[in-house]
Amino acid sequence: MARPHSVRHQRGFTFIALMCFFLLYLPMATMVVFAFNAGSTVGQLDGFSLRWFRTALANDQIIEALLRSLTIAPIAAFFATVAATMAALATTRTAPYRGMALKVAFINQPLMVPEIVTAVALLVVFSRVKVWTGYTGLGYIIAAHTAFCIPFAFLPIRARLETMDLSLETAAADLYARPWSVFRRITLPLLWPGILAGFMLAFVVSLDDVVITEFIKSAGQETLPTYMLGQLRRNVTPEMNAISTLFLAVSVIVVSLFFLLSRKKT
Amino acid sequence: MSQAQEIAEEMARRSVRTRWWLSAPALAVVFLFAIAPLAVIVLYSFMAKGDYGDVKYWQFSLDGWFSVFFERGLFDDSIGIAQAHVSILWRSVKLALITTVVTLLIGFPTAYFIAIRPPSQRDFWLFLITIPFWTNLLIRTFAIQEVFRNEGVLNTVLMWSGLIREPLKIMFTDLGIFLGMAYVYLPLMVLPIYASLEKFDFRFAEAASDLYANNRNVLWRIIIPMTRPAIIAGCILVFIPALGAYVTPRLLGGGKNLMLGNLIELQFGQGRNWPLGAALSLTLTGVVMLALLVYVRAASKEGRSHG
Amino acid sequence: MFSALPAIEVRDVVKSFGDARALDGVSVRIKENEFFTLLGPSGCGKTTLLRLIAGFDYPTSGEICLHGKDIAGMPPFARPVNTVFQNYALFPHMTVAQNIGFGLEMQGKPRSEIAARVDQMLALVRMETLRSRRTSQLSGGQQQRVALARALAPQPRVLLLDEPLSALDYKLRKEMQGELKRLQTETGITFIFVTHDQEEALTMSDRIAVMSGGRILQVGNPRDIYDNPQERFVADFIGEVNFLAGQVIGIDGRTARVRLAAGGEVVAGLPEGATPVGRATVIVRPEHAELRGPTEQADLRGRLEQVVYFGTDTHLHVRLADQSEFVLRQQNSPRGTADLQPGAEVAIAFKPGAARVLKD
Repeated sequence: MARPHSVRHQRGFTFIALMCFFLLYLPMATMVVFAFNAGSTVGQLDGFSLRWFRTALANDQIIEALLRSLTIAPIAAFFATVAATMAALATTRTAPYRGMALKVAFINQPLMVPEIVTAVALLVVFSRVKVWTGYTGLGYIIAAHTAFCIPFAFLPIRARLETMDLSLETAAADLYARPWSVFRRITLPLLWPGILAGFMLAFVVSLDDVVITEFIKSAGQETLPTYMLGQLRRNVTPEMNAISTLFLAVSVIVVSLFFLLSRKKT
Repeated sequence: MSQAQEIAEEMARRSVRTRWWLSAPALAVVFLFAIAPLAVIVLYSFMAKGDYGDVKYWQFSLDGWFSVFFERGLFDDSIGIAQAHVSILWRSVKLALITTVVTLLIGFPTAYFIAIRPPSQRDFWLFLITIPFWTNLLIRTFAIQEVFRNEGVLNTVLMWSGLIREPLKIMFTDLGIFLGMAYVYLPLMVLPIYASLEKFDFRFAEAASDLYANNRNVLWRIIIPMTRPAIIAGCILVFIPALGAYVTPRLLGGGKNLMLGNLIELQFGQGRNWPLGAALSLTLTGVVMLALLVYVRAASKEGRSHG
Repeated sequence: MFSALPAIEVRDVVKSFGDARALDGVSVRIKENEFFTLLGPSGCGKTTLLRLIAGFDYPTSGEICLHGKDIAGMPPFARPVNTVFQNYALFPHMTVAQNIGFGLEMQGKPRSEIAARVDQMLALVRMETLRSRRTSQLSGGQQQRVALARALAPQPRVLLLDEPLSALDYKLRKEMQGELKRLQTETGITFIFVTHDQEEALTMSDRIAVMSGGRILQVGNPRDIYDNPQERFVADFIGEVNFLAGQVIGIDGRTARVRLAAGGEVVAGLPEGATPVGRATVIVRPEHAELRGPTEQADLRGRLEQVVYFGTDTHLHVRLADQSEFVLRQQNSPRGTADLQPGAEVAIAFKPGAARVLKD
């Protein structure tokens, strides 16, 4: 008997899965390799160099776009997380009340409508508002990002709340804690991992957004993704490999943090 | 009514009121910056188009909706099918469907593979799926572009090995768009199916095997039916963004092979036909809602039958 | 149908999971048409043995034969053996009838035959009215019946039952015990029944194998296992028992004369093939001893410490001379045993054949 039979074994699945991982990583690996390529031809390897990282970081447009992205993302993520935390507290651990399901559907709406539709809808509204008020600052982008980040922040916070035992808060209240103290001393510390996960999710979602930002940004308000979109449409320079590799590194770090965070929780 | 009952009811009322105040900021932001603009789009779709973009305010017109599927002849008033729009709509649905099917065919075995790893190894494989999930879509599209381009890795390897003489043209074709979308949306298929398979109790598989089902029958008759809600969820998660895809067809399809997302953008840009753009957006939203409805129906049916 | 070959023969089976040995050299022959029980505490290896017979796991070494044919390498779907699972594992997306017909369908039986057989099975377990229910809408007892019908439908040579009654409440369990026995007699299929409940094992089985630490300690019919346990574990696990330390002072055929540490001498039966010398342990079941007055002829003497009333009987705890405790059980009569007061000096007499020497 060659290999004992197992009910879990499905012929071909392992091959497909390994192929899938290979194909998933081949393009990204190629990108990373070419980011460190010394030559300037896109398809040809000419030895190791950091020159494209240097040129990318010396490019004022890139730095400016990066800083703008890094301004928008934390602000939008912060507001989204605060709003989502409050909303999550309002929609968990209670007998369903009238309007609760609707509330949740409402908050999740940005997830259900295609991004391009939200983008053109905001374009239509904001272009009018810009004319009326004359204000053309980053506020529009921040507001839009906050809106579509809320459901992403809402998800882990709500999930965390649902696993939390209400009796802890009841016990604290029984021990003479006033509602605000109960929240600050019991609920918030327990909820913290969920809030952190929600914030990170919102941050990354904001940082990654291309479509909505592309449609609503005013002149000269490139974020890093919209700048890259513009570059990729025209001609691909090795600089793009370098920036993309940096982006990829950020993802790896964020995902690693996520895994560590969820491990500690259990 | 007793006094205690009255107090309890007053407390419940107060709690619900607090809950409304707590959710107010989130509801307000989502309303102002996601739902209200959608309502504006609905209005715009029924207005006449402005000469230089925008609309003629409060001038009712069905032209926007009309031109989603039909067009008037240039010289006479003959009405014909808007070939360009219909073909783009068809291409979008077709590519989104193919993407969904192919990601399912690859994603299910992959999720299954991860789910049957020993628990200590699962995190590692899951990590490998999560990384692309968290990486900017633009960057992943760019990465696959690097592979497909005429002088890209794929063609270099194929030509070097002597399998082909001319580089394969993948960029700027429907094939390229589909491959790109399958690549970028694959994690969206794997993750929900994995979540369900990870919880799957393989004692059901053993029971079926005990009852003379070979492993393929166990898969088709037991595992797939029992994880069906997650499979549908994965399909919806891939189908919706694929149908409304903008970035991937933009980069991999070039200017010619448009999808619905690009057609919509065109109306708000060079096309200067905002009512049509609005109507197209709502058409897209409608199809998506239809897909979601199918999902909700299927999920609730599942819930009923499982009690 | 009589066959000289055993329905299942397990030969020197070892099953290791990493460093741990779940089965440590198990051999047993299970006869055709037998209700055979594997009895033991959790972790003793009984479920592992059942899974090996079903084909869900494979022995590290050793043979498992079904009617003389080695099946150790066969996948579960190729073995004419069906299982009733502890959690029933009824398919939630199928109806009762679909569940019962599943095995036949997988065997490629024609539709008409499946339908007929499903009807027959539903009648056998008295579930005719629930055929198109979803399994999640059934009570525990009903799920149990469906699980039985599903496993019996393909007419297996051997039916394996993995603690099938453990999820049921007491009354239902009693009812299902009778039901299982009836099904076994009616179908004539060999049943291999796994349980940790000694009462279940004693009432239902033709033969019992007592397992502990991955080994089979003793195989025998219920009476034999209860009356003549050969090892301390078997004696202790099944029913209640008094252990008495002593010294063998003479052997006469199948009995030994033992001087007890608590005083006195008894004649005790010997386990098969054992000729102990020196120290030995004698066992006496609580109901195999009688209380006597302090002046009467007796096997043991001591002081009555505690009287515990149990309804049908009364347990009397007696402190012996060597400070060990001896429990005896007296059946209650309407008159009661009111005259027994803790502190009284008492004597204990064993019923004939009550005392037995253990193997160790």
